[in-house]
Amino acid sequence: MKVSLFITCLVDMFYADAGKDMVEVLERQGCELSFPKGQVCCGQPAYNSGYVENSKSAMKNMIKTFENAEYVVTPSGSCATMFKLYPDVFKDDPNWLPRAQELADKTYEFTQFLVNVLQVENVGAKLKGKATYHPSCHMTRLLGASEEPKKLLNQVEGLEMIPLPNAHNCCGFGGTFSVKMGDISEQMVDEKVNSAIVTEADYLIGADCGCLMNIGGRAERVGKPIRVMHIAQVLNSRE
Amino acid sequence: MAMKFSKKNFTDRTKDNISDDFMRQAVASAQERLHGRRLDAAEELGNWEEWRSHGEEIRQHVLENLDFYLHQLSENVAERGGHVFFAKTAEEASDYVRDVVKKKDGKKVVKSKSMVTEEINLNAVLEEAGCEVIETDLGEYILQVDDHDPPSHIVAPALHKNREQIREVFEGKLDYHKTSKPEELALHAREKLRQEFLDADIGITGCNFAIAETGSISLVTNEGNARLVSALPKTQITVMGMERVVPSFEEFEVLVSLLTRSAVGQKLTSYVTALTGPRDEGDVDGPEEFHLVIVDNGRSEILGTEFQSVLQCIRCAACVNVCPVYRHIGGHSYGSIYSGPIGAVLSPLLGGYDDFKELPFASTLCGACTDACPVKIPLHELLHTHRRIIVEEEGRSPISERLAMKAFGIGAASNPLYSMGSKVASTAMKPLTKNDRISKGPGPLKDWTDLREFPAVGNTRFRDWFYDQKGGK
Repeated sequence: MKVSLFITCLVDMFYADAGKDMVEVLERQGCELSFPKGQVCCGQPAYNSGYVENSKSAMKNMIKTFENAEYVVTPSGSCATMFKLYPDVFKDDPNWLPRAQELADKTYEFTQFLVNVLQVENVGAKLKGKATYHPSCHMTRLLGASEEPKKLLNQVEGLEMIPLPNAHNCCGFGGTFSVKMGDISEQMVDEKVNSAIVTEADYLIGADCGCLMNIGGRAERVGKPIRVMHIAQVLNSRE
Repeated sequence: MAMKFSKKNFTDRTKDNISDDFMRQAVASAQERLHGRRLDAAEELGNWEEWRSHGEEIRQHVLENLDFYLHQLSENVAERGGHVFFAKTAEEASDYVRDVVKKKDGKKVVKSKSMVTEEINLNAVLEEAGCEVIETDLGEYILQVDDHDPPSHIVAPALHKNREQIREVFEGKLDYHKTSKPEELALHAREKLRQEFLDADIGITGCNFAIAETGSISLVTNEGNARLVSALPKTQITVMGMERVVPSFEEFEVLVSLLTRSAVGQKLTSYVTALTGPRDEGDVDGPEEFHLVIVDNGRSEILGTEFQSVLQCIRCAACVNVCPVYRHIGGHSYGSIYSGPIGAVLSPLLGGYDDFKELPFASTLCGACTDACPVKIPLHELLHTHRRIIVEEEGRSPISERLAMKAFGIGAASNPLYSMGSKVASTAMKPLTKNDRISKGPGPLKDWTDLREFPAVGNTRFRDWFYDQKGGK
């Protein structure tokens, strides 16, 4: 199966290891991977801040970049959701609407692709310890990927999953919200970190690097002992 | 209380409220309680998603045909001997009510809970005219007794207060000397209020839904106070937002079911009352005179715009009860009587961007509100629509942000520019990086690193690793 990777800005620059892990997991499932070079950002930072017009050039670039892809797979529920919104952004543009729709239709978040397209739940991962899972908002509510990560994590050998209290509450990232509304974001992320700590888990697992950067960055700052891991890193663990 | 109740700016209001530990504890525990109850109540009904779709369909149908249903409603109210007044503005609405009260020589007014009467500043107008106004919903009563503390929640207006704080209010203002047990507090309020009901000349209610086909108005409460307000005083005035109408009792049943389950997790509240016109000959109670005030106050301006769906709202506060931002800042931070996600959408529409432009940005667009809404208002999308209008049409964002976003539009559309930018950033960040993290960032990074560590830029970007390992494709 031919898969084009949409790696996202955060993974490209800050979390390349999570990207490499995703590559290895997908290759083990027999996928043939490519990385379309022209990809940059999906446009979400500008779009969510209200700058819809300014975000369109980034979106058009992505549409062109992935035009020949069969499947587009990304390690981010939030960025996948942005692709899914492209048809709405271009709804009044007859030239771009069909192209936007085509991209939206063939885009999958990583865990959705594994479970729903490749139909795998056990990827042979082994990781010892206790973990809790933070369901990212866009991924869970807007993209509808709530069960897929849990199915995959439940099959990881040696990993005990503990429910996260008030898991449904946002971690306070929200893109530019995290810096524009720092006072509020701080309260939200503190509660998320504390919820994770009370589970006594070794790992907080997520499927979106924005949330993980927020939760992990705050946990480090306040000295709370929990390691954040992208789900691709967990699924590629072989210890 | 008018819709806007605070002179402080949003940032200051938020700071004040974040430091209020009592409020935050009260809100968090209420949210958790209501969240569980709502899910149970939805589950119990079965086919919740179908119910939601049905609710949405009813509300959309009404909004598409609002002129027809309002006309039908007013004809039927008049037929049953009631008076109907269409108020274009808040002032027109409250002036009409004041004039009715004056004409009846009303001295004492009892009120059941109504957000729209807050919106039109009714209590202040009546008090200025020399009337005594008594709120009889327990939450509203507590706030009124506490020197007109503003409501912080559209269903549970005193949600921000815990029982100990309520005891203190009662002790200071109502000669109360018992414990903070809810039963004792409520009994004291009940004793105080009973005489007020008996003495009042005028009863003022809100309206959960008006039923067009019969000319009825409905009141959904747990305390029974609205029944006394509508049964004892000789004159009843009901104030409703112009969108709160349903075609018939058939649709009413669906919406009440959605309302009570979403608001408080109950199958039904203790009292669901439908009233039609003044008392008939032979009736033992009910008002001799009935007035229905239908308030526009900006609502018709919303019809036909991309915000029309906000008028589907049935004021259940399910969105407020799941909002992770409201959870930490409470209702008073919004500076509007309408708080939480619905307030962040509605307040700028009814009150303007000058006063409420920050509210649409006080959200992570997490979508919890949209998921919870029983009539499927896409609340987070409407927040985003406000953002777009505020920055693109109104040009109200800071110039630095506008320039940055313009640069983003150019940089994020071009791989060579992005590559150059990410390499420059990587080099620039190196001196700041210690132990794979940045603790004190410059410029725009500072807002992040004030609160959190920032990850170091990796030695190799993913794309470089991929080209190196697999060859560029």
